[in-house]
Amino acid sequence: MTLSIALTHRFADFTLDVAFDAPPGLTVLFGRSGSGKTTVVQAVAGLLTPLKGHIAIGEHTLLDTERGINLPAHRRRAGYVFQDARLFPHLTVQQNLTYARRFLRGRTPSTSLDEITDMLGIAPLLSRRPATLSGGEKARVALGRALLSEPDILLADEPLAALDAARKAEILPYFETLRDAGRIPILYVSHDMAEVARLATTLITLDAGRVTAQGPAADLLSDPAFHPAGPREAGALIEATIAAHESDGLTRLDAGGAPLFLPGLSQAPGTRLRLRIAAQDVMLARTRPTDSSALNILAGVVREIHQGDGPGAIVALDTQAGRVLARITKRSVAALDLAPGTACHAIVKSVAIAPESVAPGLAPGLSPGLMPTAKPFAPNA
Amino acid sequence: MSWLSPDGLTALTLSLKVAGWATAIGLPLALAVAYALARLRFPGRGLLNIAVHMPLIMPPVVTGYLLLLGFGPQGPLGRVFHDVFGLTFAFRWTGAALAAGVMGFPFMVRAIRLSLEAVDPRLEQAAATLGAPRFQVFRTITLPMIVPGLLAGAVLAFAKGMGEFGATITFVSNIPGQTQTLPLAIDLALETPGGEGQALRLALLSLTIAAAALVLSEWLSRRVAARIAGQTTAKVEEAAQI
Repeated sequence: MTLSIALTHRFADFTLDVAFDAPPGLTVLFGRSGSGKTTVVQAVAGLLTPLKGHIAIGEHTLLDTERGINLPAHRRRAGYVFQDARLFPHLTVQQNLTYARRFLRGRTPSTSLDEITDMLGIAPLLSRRPATLSGGEKARVALGRALLSEPDILLADEPLAALDAARKAEILPYFETLRDAGRIPILYVSHDMAEVARLATTLITLDAGRVTAQGPAADLLSDPAFHPAGPREAGALIEATIAAHESDGLTRLDAGGAPLFLPGLSQAPGTRLRLRIAAQDVMLARTRPTDSSALNILAGVVREIHQGDGPGAIVALDTQAGRVLARITKRSVAALDLAPGTACHAIVKSVAIAPESVAPGLAPGLSPGLMPTAKPFAPNA
Repeated sequence: MSWLSPDGLTALTLSLKVAGWATAIGLPLALAVAYALARLRFPGRGLLNIAVHMPLIMPPVVTGYLLLLGFGPQGPLGRVFHDVFGLTFAFRWTGAALAAGVMGFPFMVRAIRLSLEAVDPRLEQAAATLGAPRFQVFRTITLPMIVPGLLAGAVLAFAKGMGEFGATITFVSNIPGQTQTLPLAIDLALETPGGEGQALRLALLSLTIAAAALVLSEWLSRRVAARIAGQTTAKVEEAAQI
């Protein structure tokens, strides 16, 4: 099912006017604070009625201002994971989790409390009260509570923004699991490029109430002109498979036939991974460097060069491993005489691939049902 | 209670009955009015707010007189209640309960409204996204969280009902066994030669009941607040202590 959204809403200081589709998978709504992301999500949930709009999940219309349709929030079946968790303080964790069960209105449950608590590792918390939970535990309970409402769509409004890096790393895999299960579309609000790189199948960027870019995340991220969070944050996604763990502690990956080395990973050989290579961690050379400490050298052809206003440029390079972006200076572009079609080499220091940008790959055709049997890669518990 | 005269004992039980009924009937009404004032926007909201608070600022004698005009034997509302429900207020304990209820009403509304305003509406939104219709949101989320406010309001109204004098004596007069509550009995004892001892005993009794009610409500609201720990507890307690 696809969530389609078109809406206009006027605020005192800006106008929101957006239209986009969130296909199955995980759609990240990316933008600065104040760009209108949360308003869009609230409109989908029915917590805010826009001036004009049409919102539907598949054939199921939630809002159509022209036809006077506006389902109340409790009839929309939109599971909402709030940034601040919003657990009910007077109820236990178990009562929070099962809160929505009495409002299923005849829908047959597709998942059980046991399944959800097992998946999220919150079974030991069931008798506790929210006030005694840590931030990461609250986030997991909030996610479980939304899933147990048997939603047609999952909305997540910066669910990790209030958490530190370690807790984020603990929660992210659950969203990956849900995304890969592919049962319901997920609309995920974020202003964090690392989250986008890890989670997004579709990416929508918002700026001042307008959609500035939309499309498959991998395509957008490999576009050298696309860096909504600034050129510093630019970086392409590539897919790779773990080939072997080598004796010196490095892990060898196979990226479209090209070898890539990363500091030892924990997953088993054969695991598919999604890597994000930050453009600023990539150097370019016309000839293959021989006396260099760099382990990862990818041969390729320049596809596109995006020169911004500053002294920098972003070069898109098609390599065996996929498209790679390199952030270099305009001076280097001239010195190397780079132009579309030029053959050159991308040099990636192995340490430049940060662990948090290593994500389990988007394996196509995963098991049906909400929960795949395999756990996402274990949060360092 | 040998030290209490039969008249005193009657006054005591009558007072408890009057204040109890005034609180029991008043509480759901106060909850509805407090909810409307705190959460709804409707024409006449300002007027309702003023009307509710009038007994607080008007001289009690005036309130009693207005009650007499409205709910007396010839009053329009008095007749409706008599004809429809078979309920008479004039010179009966029911009238004393009505007067006590009206005088205590603003206290209940204020306490409940404050605790309602302390409930985070974002929790109610969360409940709605989980499929709860508005009434269920109120029953399962809002209501449990305002229990301290309800208790505080109830205790205040009960105490007010035990002590109400002016409106009661104006509306239903001072009839032993019917409308002679503790304060009215004290008043009568003070006017009776040699009644000082009786007046003092009744006064001590009033004081004890008021203190006990306050301690009970403190204890209850503390227990509830502990249960709701995490949810802006400070605000709830603040509301409960008005």
